[in-house]
Amino acid sequence: MTGVAVAKAADPFIQGLLTGHETLPAHGEVVTRLRTEAAEKARRMGLPTPRDEEWRFTNLAPMKAIAFTPAPVTLLNAPNLERWTLPEAAGHRIVFVNGVFAPEWSDLEGLPAGVTVRPIAQGTNAQDALVEAHLGRHARFDSSVFAALNTAFVGAGAVVAIARHTTCKAPIHLLFVTVGGTEARALYPRVLVVAEPLSSATIVQQYVSLNDGVCFTDAVTEVAVAEDARLQHVTLQDESRSSYHIAHTAVSLGRNAVYGSQAITLGAALSRHDLAVRQDGEGIDCTLQGLAFLADQQLADTHSTLDHATPHGTSRQLHKTILGDRSRAVFNGKILVRQGSQQTDSQQSSRNLLLSEGARVDAKPQLEIFADDVKCAHGATVGQLEPDEVFYLQSRGLSESAARSLLTYAFAAEVIDAIPVPTLRDRLKEEIMGRLV
Amino acid sequence: MIAADARVILEVQNLTASVNGVPILKGMNLTIKAGEIHAIMGPNGSGKSTFSKVLAGHPAYEVTGGSVRFEGKDLFELNAEERARAGLFLAFQYPIEIPGVSNAAFLRLAYNAKAAANGQDELDPLEFDDFIREKIQVVEMDPAFLDRSVNEGFSGGEKKRNEILQMAVLEPSLAVLDETDSGLDIDALRIVSNGVNQLTKPDNAVLLVTHYQRLLNYIQPDYVHVMVEGRILKTGGKELALELESRGYDWVREGVGV
Repeated sequence: MTGVAVAKAADPFIQGLLTGHETLPAHGEVVTRLRTEAAEKARRMGLPTPRDEEWRFTNLAPMKAIAFTPAPVTLLNAPNLERWTLPEAAGHRIVFVNGVFAPEWSDLEGLPAGVTVRPIAQGTNAQDALVEAHLGRHARFDSSVFAALNTAFVGAGAVVAIARHTTCKAPIHLLFVTVGGTEARALYPRVLVVAEPLSSATIVQQYVSLNDGVCFTDAVTEVAVAEDARLQHVTLQDESRSSYHIAHTAVSLGRNAVYGSQAITLGAALSRHDLAVRQDGEGIDCTLQGLAFLADQQLADTHSTLDHATPHGTSRQLHKTILGDRSRAVFNGKILVRQGSQQTDSQQSSRNLLLSEGARVDAKPQLEIFADDVKCAHGATVGQLEPDEVFYLQSRGLSESAARSLLTYAFAAEVIDAIPVPTLRDRLKEEIMGRLV
Repeated sequence: MIAADARVILEVQNLTASVNGVPILKGMNLTIKAGEIHAIMGPNGSGKSTFSKVLAGHPAYEVTGGSVRFEGKDLFELNAEERARAGLFLAFQYPIEIPGVSNAAFLRLAYNAKAAANGQDELDPLEFDDFIREKIQVVEMDPAFLDRSVNEGFSGGEKKRNEILQMAVLEPSLAVLDETDSGLDIDALRIVSNGVNQLTKPDNAVLLVTHYQRLLNYIQPDYVHVMVEGRILKTGGKELALELESRGYDWVREGVGV
């Protein structure tokens, strides 16, 4: 579990982050109650250290030396977001700049009936059944200081709801833009996705930076996929190399739900993604794919927990990392098959490509199985580009660097090709090939 | 087709090479002129594949002596990609798979790399599409293969056909086919051989490296060389292949006192 309870005085770093939390604009009873509870919890916790099992390989000390303050609630004049918008998601885009809903950059004109995309906070008096039923219910904040901090600032962020029997064909694009300033800024984006029974949708959740100012993004995403609903969930973290990005994604799946996730990590100096998926009904089909492509001294840590709490569940998990220079990746993939979750079919694979001698990966699959009639497999590989493969491409006239970038892309392709948005696939391909040639 | 005044494409003199410090090639001599088809045959471990990889510039093989001139240039002055761009082509025994990269895109990359190096116009995807659709007929390939990832999920025969398609695209002056016939059924062998025969012209040359005589029923060599223990011990016409098929290799060894 992340975070440590501190009995004595509050951690000054946490205290600093909570500055201004009391003066947030009010947003209804549920939000107010959550904020107060979460701030209380956060005050009693400290930053995790490498002594915490869950943070063994990721040291937050460099972050602790920075005095982050909540990002000012001011909108920029006309930031150019065009390079991130997706033609496939025209009319389905909601944009947040430094955590604030930016209506002028959002385009929600094309949403079909039954699809809601809006900011979480909608004024003080709004009756908000969705928020009441789901906010703070999936992503628990009693054991993670980062989830608690995010919840203490909850209000900025998006609600996506797909009504019963509704199919949203075009992807829904949630774009979170950070804008750094002279001071280090902290942001708390929140996303709540509710897919009601028999609905179907694709969500692209993207984090980017407009400049190199130091920012700390503390993101929490809650996803509830009801019975017989399908959700394709793409997360792309491409913040600046001076950023810190810590994200929690909590997913609850109902009977016969189909959930697919591609989580791509390209940016930030240090990033962490805690992905917790709970299968809460029979016959669930869950695919989790991750890809981290790092260079310099970047660090990306993914901790996933897949909880097979019910029988007849299927899960396929593939986590790939491509590490250049002195970058580091951590993968800790826990699969829990509870007693009685018979006929679970689970496969996990961690594959890592080291492009330089200074790169390092710590991969740890963790299977905990308490049922006796299950099919579970896991594996991890760490390797380099095969000289024979590089030679093959060179013998076709490609330069060595072109050969290497093509093979590196080929390694990533399995994850990228699963993204159901062609523009995004093309951009990722360009990014990976372009960075290497 | 042997023509006395044809230009020399490849000239190998007393070539020696090692892998991990173990000598494999022990004095290869071979001259190939334009218009000729050569076959190197030999038992397993004779150094046939090593020879083809040394020619193509595989970094794991260390040249320890001798010389190779290709199109008048010192071959060892060129790295692998420069050799390819200069017109040397190696069809691999085990072509690799490249997921996520379409065959058409890959072929265009290869074509343009060579075109750029030779001062020719590169082709954009549309132009290349016209070009490649003609080329695939050489190996009777379904156009659907152009959109599939390079060699991914291809059968053994399809991979070899894809190698010959690459040869058709790159139009090498010397194509070295390393065990291209291995693992092919009779239909695939016919298609691959037909492809090679269509691509053989008076101004280029082909070197077949093979274990079996079977391929030579489909591609008629002008010269057959027998390679044993890192050297060519005997050279003859295509009838030599039949003799090897019936008598094996031992008599060649004995004949020269190895």
